[in-house]
Amino acid sequence: MAFQLILNVFIAVVWMFVSGSASASTFIIGYLIGLILIMMTRRFFKERLYIARLWAAFKLTLLFFKELTLSNISVLRVVLQPKMTIQPMIFALPTDLEHDWEITLLSSLITLTPGTIVLHVSDDQRTLYIHAIDVDDVDEAVDSIKHTFEKAIKEVSRP
Amino acid sequence: MTVIANFLIVVTILVGLLFTVVAVIGVLRLPDVYTRAHAASKSATLGVLSILVGVFLHFWWNKDHISIQLLLAIAFLFITSPIGGHLMGRAAYLSGVKPTKLTVGDDLAEVVKKAKQSKPE
Repeated sequence: MAFQLILNVFIAVVWMFVSGSASASTFIIGYLIGLILIMMTRRFFKERLYIARLWAAFKLTLLFFKELTLSNISVLRVVLQPKMTIQPMIFALPTDLEHDWEITLLSSLITLTPGTIVLHVSDDQRTLYIHAIDVDDVDEAVDSIKHTFEKAIKEVSRP
Repeated sequence: MTVIANFLIVVTILVGLLFTVVAVIGVLRLPDVYTRAHAASKSATLGVLSILVGVFLHFWWNKDHISIQLLLAIAFLFITSPIGGHLMGRAAYLSGVKPTKLTVGDDLAEVVKKAKQSKPE
């Protein structure tokens, strides 16, 4: 990904030299031309087109804001209900993410989602121990973590 | 136009205020460290965040000044606050704070017990 990005900037700089003007608009035009060139020659790259990964990261950000709002509304409901009827639970969640940064990102996302906080990551980094505020939500939470967050993170990290 | 802008600013700041108040009530009402960490780490994040967004919009639309520091503050808040919640919860658990009586299941207890047995103090 970094290589494609640097190549694209390099093509833009070459375009600036070719057209003999060093302004921002020339750089942008050169960058777009470089983007088209990289798209045309994409079978020479081992990785995906870097735009695809940027788009996946953007979608992950949107997902994150949505979950943050939902989690705040759920905390608001728990805190303001007249009787405390919550049943907290600490459960284990196996994960198959590999890199350190992926696990950090996943734990941050879990901490900001409805009703869950990461308490501990096991030493082999295969299991996350999560504190859920209400046991009724546990299955739902596991489902949403497994199928939305892990998938979105994998989508970003896939080469 | 100004009316809509001011309305939006007031709404974001009020929402931020509401969530901050909810965080405070949550810390007072909830029974143990872990459930309090829920209220503190989530509501406080969105609360402070909305207030910062409101201030940013006010300076942008009414004073014609785009404040990069506010945007940076929002980004840093996002990175640091979940880690803070996680670290407080983990430190509490590993130093032996018991969860509340309402707790129904605890998968982590066995792991901690096993680790203590293999490494006696």
